[in-house]
Amino acid sequence: MPIRCEIVSQDRMVWSGEADMVVVPGAGGEMGILPNHAPLLSTLKPGFIKVVRNGEEEVFTVTGGVVEVRPDKVTVLADASEHVAEIDVQRAEAARKRAEELLKKTPPSAAEHLAAQAALQRARIRLEAARRFRPKRGPQIQSGPAEDED
Amino acid sequence: MATAREVKLRIRSVKNIAQITRALQAVSASKVQRAIATVEATRPYATKAWEVLTHIANQPGRDQMHPLMTRRTEVKNVLVALITSDRGLAGPYNTNILRYTFRKFDDYPVPVHYVTIGRKGREILHRRGKHIVADFSGVPDRPKFADVSHIGHLLVEEFLSGKADEIYLVYTDFVNMLRQNPTSKKLLPLEVEDAGRVQDFAPTAGHKPLAAYIYEPDEVEILNEIVPRFTQLQVFHAILESQASEHAARMVAMKNATDNASELADALQLEYNKARQQSITSEMLDIAGGAEALAQAMAAAARKAAGG
Repeated sequence: MPIRCEIVSQDRMVWSGEADMVVVPGAGGEMGILPNHAPLLSTLKPGFIKVVRNGEEEVFTVTGGVVEVRPDKVTVLADASEHVAEIDVQRAEAARKRAEELLKKTPPSAAEHLAAQAALQRARIRLEAARRFRPKRGPQIQSGPAEDED
Repeated sequence: MATAREVKLRIRSVKNIAQITRALQAVSASKVQRAIATVEATRPYATKAWEVLTHIANQPGRDQMHPLMTRRTEVKNVLVALITSDRGLAGPYNTNILRYTFRKFDDYPVPVHYVTIGRKGREILHRRGKHIVADFSGVPDRPKFADVSHIGHLLVEEFLSGKADEIYLVYTDFVNMLRQNPTSKKLLPLEVEDAGRVQDFAPTAGHKPLAAYIYEPDEVEILNEIVPRFTQLQVFHAILESQASEHAARMVAMKNATDNASELADALQLEYNKARQQSITSEMLDIAGGAEALAQAMAAAARKAAGG
């Protein structure tokens, strides 16, 4: 029996469908959710959501949020989420560069520092998702020169 | 009476105006549709978040509520987030929402501060000498959640820091093309018993939250995550509703302007015809008079020649 899965962000329904297993980055670590899971509410850490069905994997990025699990349904309330195929690598790369530069300069305020750090993290998740989970076919998308994290 | 040429110039300018207002009308009409579609897109999240919120809040044996959900015993300051438009020419849209605001908050028992979203509201409040804490004018035409989430963030901060004990959201609710209602809603503290809100985000029937959840890491963390987001979402929702209303009001105003312009063009056309007629008549009179004078002169000359 498959489990129903819905991923919603504030401004749209990102994905909905049936799944055999859903893996989410829960507050206490990665969580694989199978059908008939006990009811659970958990916050999410930035990371990837994997939806497995018929042996195939759909991967989404998520920057945080809450997941609600019921025996027959998983609902992800995401801050921001997108399918790997939707990721604009160039934009993510540009965002990462911008954030890194902001962080290098002495930041004028704590709030800006935090915002830049958050932006950097978002960009990194996107880039990593694109690198790891994009199907390798057709012309490879150039994801910029450096993959190093510091 | 204006000359035919003058009237013709006026007709042309009135027709130009009609063309512009007709274009604006069409643009506004399509913008209304888009804004409504965006409102719809926020619904799944809102419904679900609301469901989770009410569920946690109604847990028996909860000793302390989340700070954003706690009603303060003494209300010393009130903050009003007022949504107006940046641009004018929207019929009675801005006047209505401002009148509503002043009626509701001008004689409020405690000091009222304002956060304005929209240039028109800021200008009027400023002129009236109201205290504006922050201004968020220039919200884009098709806002994304990320474009406006900082507004909700600021409101949450103001509430948590104790600068405001109650926060209201004043916006224009879109009913249909011809009807937009100025509305206010208590944003914070978030009250889950509030029946009015349930209507907005009523959970789908037959989908009662289950009794026993495992919470990870705990309820407070989950509420920390959801409540501010939900607040931001309500602000986003209100902005979209207001934008739909603004565009609808503008569409109707522009339709009226177009109708008036065509009416005026018709009236002017009549005037032009009259003026033209009159100039022809007077010209003919001139010619006739001239011909008559000429004929008389010729007759006199002929008589003189015959007699002489």
